[in-house]
Amino acid sequence: MQTAPTPTVTLTKELTAKIDQVLKSHKQDPTQLLGILLDVQDCIEQNYVPEAAAFYIAEKLPVKLSVIYDCLTFYSSLSDQPRAKYPIQLCNSIVCHVNDAASVAAAFQEILGIEIGETTYDGKFTLESVPCFGACDQAPAVRIKGKIYGHLNTREKIQQLIAQLI
Amino acid sequence: MKHEVPFITRNFGQYDTNSIDSYINIGGFSALKKALTMEGEDIAARIAAVKVKGRGGAAYDMGRKWSQARAVKGEHKVVVCNADEGEPCTFKDRELIAQDPFNLLEGMLIGGWTVQAQDGYIYMREEYRHLRPLLLNAIQQAEQKGFLGKNILGTDFEFHIHLYSGAGAYVCGEGTALIHSIEGKAGRPRMKPPFIKVSGLFSLPTCVNNVESFSIVPHLLLDEQGEYAGYGSGESIGTKLVSVGGNVVRPGVFEISFGTSVRDIIYDLAGGLPPGRSLRLIQFGGASGKISDARILDTPYGYDELKAAGVSVGSGAILVLDDRTSVLDFLRTTQAFFCHESCGQCTPCREGNLHIRLFLDKLARGEATGADIAAMKKIANIMSISSLCGLGETAQSALQSAMRIFPETFAVGGTV
Ligand SMILES: Cc1cc2nc3c(=O)[nH]c(=O)nc-3n(C[C@H](O)[C@H](O)[C@H](O)COP(=O)(O)O)c2cc1C
Ligand code: SF4
Ligand code: FES
Repeated sequence: MQTAPTPTVTLTKELTAKIDQVLKSHKQDPTQLLGILLDVQDCIEQNYVPEAAAFYIAEKLPVKLSVIYDCLTFYSSLSDQPRAKYPIQLCNSIVCHVNDAASVAAAFQEILGIEIGETTYDGKFTLESVPCFGACDQAPAVRIKGKIYGHLNTREKIQQLIAQLI
Repeated sequence: MKHEVPFITRNFGQYDTNSIDSYINIGGFSALKKALTMEGEDIAARIAAVKVKGRGGAAYDMGRKWSQARAVKGEHKVVVCNADEGEPCTFKDRELIAQDPFNLLEGMLIGGWTVQAQDGYIYMREEYRHLRPLLLNAIQQAEQKGFLGKNILGTDFEFHIHLYSGAGAYVCGEGTALIHSIEGKAGRPRMKPPFIKVSGLFSLPTCVNNVESFSIVPHLLLDEQGEYAGYGSGESIGTKLVSVGGNVVRPGVFEISFGTSVRDIIYDLAGGLPPGRSLRLIQFGGASGKISDARILDTPYGYDELKAAGVSVGSGAILVLDDRTSVLDFLRTTQAFFCHESCGQCTPCREGNLHIRLFLDKLARGEATGADIAAMKKIANIMSISSLCGLGETAQSALQSAMRIFPETFAVGGTV
């Protein structure tokens, strides 16, 4: 299995500034923790909430670090582990399943040379299998950084999509 | 040819969803103006008169919910809009938010006035984050125009709306889990009582409704001619949004009059099955819903009629599968969903979902015994009566109904 290079993200000046910005946009409201963690995750190229950031948020809000980690591990959209720059989320629920999601998965696997759950050597793509994200009318669909790509019923469309991200 | 009836969806495409002025130009906020001249009790009665049932899945009498919420004593109360929409094949709330965001805010405002709440919270699934800017803008514009905040329209009514994000957990559609999630915690459901209406969000009296439920209200208040009551059949008055998906030619969201036959919804509105395919099964109300086969096609889509036919409206989803998918393949896909989404807090649901998954795998390999099938049936039953929350209680609806309708699938050694 190929794994992404996983440099540890440290609390640089630049990152603290970004986190401060996120906190400000949520009015420093501790009940907005999920929104805050999602936005912080978006600021990090590897799409996760690094430990250093979690500690910083815990101190600033304030919320208990244990609550932050409870959320990071409970919610599927949050991660405390580094991911790829473009996590490709393949829908595994029933509507996509019966619209040949298997071919979509196979095409991504073949083109990227990785299995589901793996990351490309350059840390650019991870293939993730996720439940329905409400784009069932565009099945088979995938979601990449919050954006939906639907009706992926030909290999050409998938190839184009990947080319566009590279 | 059956047509859609635009009542709840009448504003779709009629205004610029980024502009409150554009909404006001088509009569926006006139329902709120009217509501502020009415007693809350009369508003609740108006909703009860046309028997609106909550559109989130549990079909609780909405007028009754609002008058109960109104009766609860409390200085500070809240209303919550459930926009978690996590049931697979359900995407109607997405359209209501995307195409008519101001109407949702107006519905929540009227809800707040009716139950005498000061704050409204929208809990929207992370998967709909692309709709956040639209809603945030709508809230901001409503604040600037004085529809939100203090002294709304010159009255002493004060109301604020706050937008919260989920983070990818289906269970957060359940009321108590949703509340934990808004409070900034992991979304694990809790035991009831205390009931949400007495002690919900931040321990305040809380009234939770679905996006579609709130969205109906402004239209109902302005409906002087009784148009809504003219739609429907029997006990199911009015219209309903359904989201049809699976193996149909034109999947989508349709507003139908209650009483439209399942056949007309699937074959006329959704374009029917792909050419040359035959119908395997239909699931109603999302992954937690029951299934039927072609025998249900001529049943009118209504609460009592569907119930008599062994299924229910649920989330409004209608999943159509053709002969390319086996019943077992369908059940295994659904089961994988519940294994992933069970929060793992209580034993019947955590262990039950896992073991039923293993039994279904065994059945697919042709290795299941009669004892396995019996055990599966027993576990499903235990889950439905002893799980802590609605997720575990309904996770086996599909399996239980499949065992009745497709007994051949569970014939030992069979892999039909
Ligand atoms: C596991 C689970 C998931 C649910 N998901 C949703 C949902 O996504 N949206 C929703 O409106 N209701 C959902 N519900 C139902 C809500 O708990 C609640 O009944 C509903 O939001 C009340 O609003 P209504 O009366 O307007 O339907 C869910 C219930 C359970 C048990
Ligand atoms: S029934 Fe399932 S989802 Fe609900 S509390 Fe129990 S384990 Fe969690
Ligand atoms: S089933 Fe794939 S997006 Fe809903």
